[in-house]
Amino acid sequence: MGRKVFWAILILALLALPPVTLALGQGFYIDLVRRIMIFAIAAVSLNLILGYGGLVSFGHAAYLGVGGYAVAIFAFYGVNNGFLQWGTAIGASALVALAIGAVSIRTSGVYFIMITLAFTQMLYYLGISIEEYGGDDGIRLKMRSQFPLLDLSDGLQFYYLVLGLMLLSVFVVHRLVNSRFGMVLRATRSNEARSRAIGFSPYMYRLTAFVIAGAMGGLAGALLVNQVNFLTPDYMHWTRSGEIMFMVILGGMGTSAGPVLGSFALLLLEDILSNWRDPRWIGEHWQVILGPLLVLSVLFFKRGLAGLFTRHE
Amino acid sequence: MTFALIFEQLLNGVQLGVMLFLLAAGLTLVLGIMNMVNLAHGSLYMVGAYFAITVGQWSGSYLLGVLAGILGTLLVGMAVEVVALRTLYQRDHLDQVLATFGLILFFNELVAILFGRFALFASLPSYLQGHIELFAGIRYPVYRAVVIAVGLLTAILLWYVVTRTRLGMLVRAGASNRTMVGALGINIRLLYTLVFGVGAALAGLAGLMAGQIYTVQPGMGELILIQVFVVIVIGGIGSIRGALVGALIVGIVDTMGRAFLKPLLGMLLSPVAADTAGPALASMLIYLLMALILALRPAGLFPARG
Repeated sequence: MGRKVFWAILILALLALPPVTLALGQGFYIDLVRRIMIFAIAAVSLNLILGYGGLVSFGHAAYLGVGGYAVAIFAFYGVNNGFLQWGTAIGASALVALAIGAVSIRTSGVYFIMITLAFTQMLYYLGISIEEYGGDDGIRLKMRSQFPLLDLSDGLQFYYLVLGLMLLSVFVVHRLVNSRFGMVLRATRSNEARSRAIGFSPYMYRLTAFVIAGAMGGLAGALLVNQVNFLTPDYMHWTRSGEIMFMVILGGMGTSAGPVLGSFALLLLEDILSNWRDPRWIGEHWQVILGPLLVLSVLFFKRGLAGLFTRHE
Repeated sequence: MTFALIFEQLLNGVQLGVMLFLLAAGLTLVLGIMNMVNLAHGSLYMVGAYFAITVGQWSGSYLLGVLAGILGTLLVGMAVEVVALRTLYQRDHLDQVLATFGLILFFNELVAILFGRFALFASLPSYLQGHIELFAGIRYPVYRAVVIAVGLLTAILLWYVVTRTRLGMLVRAGASNRTMVGALGINIRLLYTLVFGVGAALAGLAGLMAGQIYTVQPGMGELILIQVFVVIVIGGIGSIRGALVGALIVGIVDTMGRAFLKPLLGMLLSPVAADTAGPALASMLIYLLMALILALRPAGLFPARG
């Protein structure tokens, strides 16, 4: 299947989903798919540094949290202007990514994995310890972000906005990795010594990609807090980082479609397993099934779902 | 009075430090020798705690529970290594992280199925309850003192085995060149399984001792695991000495920060500001320390040679 055919089918299916599910009286799928697409944005942004940059960041949930807190703290003080909320979400996540990246990109390999994980955990504990903004319990939003001409409390309008932003983020990453900047980024991934030898210092390229990915993650966080009307430090829980990573891997890292496919695959699988009623214990303890499935997918399904559709790039 | 308080918190810091060391020692050995990132190391800590509590309650003997915790985790660790992790040694770190993440989900949920999600509390035998008087007027819980002693003894034992015995020599040789050790006729796969098992048993020992101080519940291993990562990053990967120093630093800084940062800030800032900033800063302290040490020494305090 060609790349264009794949995207055409996917976009048409996502455009058609709300009217079809409403006609069938299954409107809750709109909510589920919107949630999946929000995580897809986070996965697309992680793919930029993980798939193309080779930076195994185990802390991408940090930006979901920072973006979420930016929106929720504004809302806490009664400021509901969407541009202000989302702009701050993106800006603040970019700044946090700059700080985390500046320290962690100096290291590599296992150190990088552990450090990104540790910094995210630090932000998680910070969220828990700030009692003013709900601490462990989090903040409930009274209303979604306010935009002119757009009403996010209408599930359909919100759905199409998220769809548009998801496609935009796929497009932005696609353009980025095929630009000169992206070429250098990919070169540092495939052979750091050679890219140094032809005169590129990887640090600034990696840090820039890290900041862009963080900013996009912040956008996903702003969307997520609007989706659930609720913010807790759990946005930044380390298992969340692991999940986003799995979305990228399951879908196929270093591909445009991979993160999107992976988000759908992982979150639909979680949804199916956690709603399993016969036998009941599967629904209650679905992670005991999911865990080994994930281990098997790492061992035997190296190229991910995108590998099924396209030839290896 | 204040001196007694500071001294007691210092000992609590050392106690947390030796727990972190027991976890970090196994993890850093596996990392240094097999080049393997094992996120599921925290699950072994949890397994040790549950083994000890279950066998301890069933038999009525605390020591039998301790024995079961150590041996049980040793066996579980070796089984996990043979079934799942052995194939991952050749893979890159990303695959190792993801696969062991899957294992964590499995272990946590399995424990929730077997024992429930609520926290278990372990009881102590009478001879470990109460306080001892260390010196003039300073009393310390017997159990925590025992934990410190066990941790330090294990550190000495580990140092002796790694540097002074044939087994330790093989382990160090395996770390610097696994192919060569294999070529010299050593069963390197068995050696790896053994190292992994010993690392698991140390994690189990930490877990069963943690049972009486912290709560025992599914997921207990991951919170401490991330602190252990900080220890390893500070100490340097593959270095037992680094793990010990890093663990003591992290344990003491974390404990002292939680105990004294708020009153200290209270002297500088308004009480309201100190109430907010104190706990927030205390919870971030070890991570900030890690960032500082990395900025000065990117490979940790004691980079392993090789």
